[in-house]
Amino acid sequence: MSVAMQNGPMLVARNLKKTFGSFTALEDVSLDINHGEVLCIIGPSGSGKSTFLRCLNQLERIDGGAVWIDGELIGYRRSGDRLYPLSDAEVARQRLATGMVFQRFNLFQHMTALQNIIEGPVTVQRRRRAEAVDEAMTLLERVGLADKRDAYPAQLSGGQQQRVAIARALAMKPKLMLFDEPTSALDPELVGEVLNVMRGLAGSGMTMIVVTHELGFAREVAHRVVFMDRGGIVEAGPPQQILSSPQQARTREFIAAVLN
Amino acid sequence: MRDTVTSTAGPDYDIGKLSIVKPRHYGRWLAAAAILVILLFIVKAFADGQIAWKVVGQFFTAPAILTGLVNTIIMTACAMLLGITLGVLFAVMVMSPNPVLKGVAVLYIWFFRGTPLILQLLLWFNLALVFPRIGIPDVFSIRTVELITPFVATLLGLGINQGAYTAEVVRSGILSVDSGQTEAASSIGMTRLTALRRIVMPQAMRVIIPPVGNEVISMVKLTSIASVIQYSEILRNAQTIYYANNYVIEMLFVAAIWYLAVVTVLSIGQHFLERYFGKGQRKAVQTERTGALA
Repeated sequence: MSVAMQNGPMLVARNLKKTFGSFTALEDVSLDINHGEVLCIIGPSGSGKSTFLRCLNQLERIDGGAVWIDGELIGYRRSGDRLYPLSDAEVARQRLATGMVFQRFNLFQHMTALQNIIEGPVTVQRRRRAEAVDEAMTLLERVGLADKRDAYPAQLSGGQQQRVAIARALAMKPKLMLFDEPTSALDPELVGEVLNVMRGLAGSGMTMIVVTHELGFAREVAHRVVFMDRGGIVEAGPPQQILSSPQQARTREFIAAVLN
Repeated sequence: MRDTVTSTAGPDYDIGKLSIVKPRHYGRWLAAAAILVILLFIVKAFADGQIAWKVVGQFFTAPAILTGLVNTIIMTACAMLLGITLGVLFAVMVMSPNPVLKGVAVLYIWFFRGTPLILQLLLWFNLALVFPRIGIPDVFSIRTVELITPFVATLLGLGINQGAYTAEVVRSGILSVDSGQTEAASSIGMTRLTALRRIVMPQAMRVIIPPVGNEVISMVKLTSIASVIQYSEILRNAQTIYYANNYVIEMLFVAAIWYLAVVTVLSIGQHFLERYFGKGQRKAVQTERTGALA
């Protein structure tokens, strides 16, 4: 698979630092992601991989370092040699560049599948409702749930909910998709349908960062795999190298533990 | 193994042919009978007592009583409207990251929950003693006694006090909504306030509606304390009548029956409202159960 190279990387993270009280969740994490690249982040729980993802779309406040998405500095406006924190509305606008898929789906419980998907385009982007519905139906077909348009989240299985959640994120036409352990809360027999949708998305050239425990998916779909532990990147490289012949002892231990 | 188990002469497993005898609740019948006897005594006592029931009937639909009833209902509606508006506003302020807004809201709740309602009513009613005129200096002003009528004083007293309580109810409703909902709303580019309006509040309603319904019912009765500042609601009008005709208990009964009637109607309304807002929840519980079985 070839990664399309456009001017500059899609995402640049430099020396990210995040602490929760006395606990250091991220320590000096730097990472670049190219346009169209699919990156999988693996690692034990508490290693900081979800925190890293949440920092990228500003669900967590960054305590040090900086992130650029498609050349735009995240969270701050630069004027000369000073940085001014962005307002709530400006942060909200920046989040439009990233779509996020959560471990617990987080579909809006009081809305049907269709309403969940058109909520962003209609309320946030102020697009015409009819147009948003048309696009939402295309997305629902793409995730194989056109017949569930009027179902409430409580009436859908976990796998169906997660597929609707992916469609909801795509409806905003993001430049970059973030997946935070999208299959970890699913019953084993429902994991496949969600991974299939993600596989299709990767094939369409979407830039994706996927925090996952599905090593098979990482091996097959990712261009690059990153192993994180204790708030830092231990090792990164092509899936074959990281998953089959890791250089670091910690990576080897983790992969052996997951496979058994 | 299995053969040996079934072949041993054990209990008779074929109970499908037997009939089930319903339990007989002798205790309940006995208690009901005893209560019936006591009720009969009470009814008889009131029937024989010195109450002119004819007067109760006669004044039940008297114009002054009906006017009072209408005033009670109007005040309940206005005060609750003001209370809910303030409640939502201050709940959002309490939860705001802005320390100024938060401080104002905390102070408001502290003051109006911390002082007796009747004292607040008297304060509003006697505002003219502190500020003879209210307005913007040199632009517009009005004599306070003309502005603060018994109706306005009651509305401010009951509504603002109610707001302090409703703010807590709304706050707990907002807290009951999973934080993942707000995160998902943020992730599709919503601002904090849009997320609150479109995503959080509609889901918080399920938790907010039952206690607010309760508060509407208690507001119907709370309006009666406005009688101390001459707002002519039903209790005050009943009192005015008995000052003239001396049928004290009779007039109080007239008011009591009307209060019960209004509260009964509202309780029925509340029941249906709760059922409506509980709908999604019941659906979710059902799915969870079937999910657990699967």
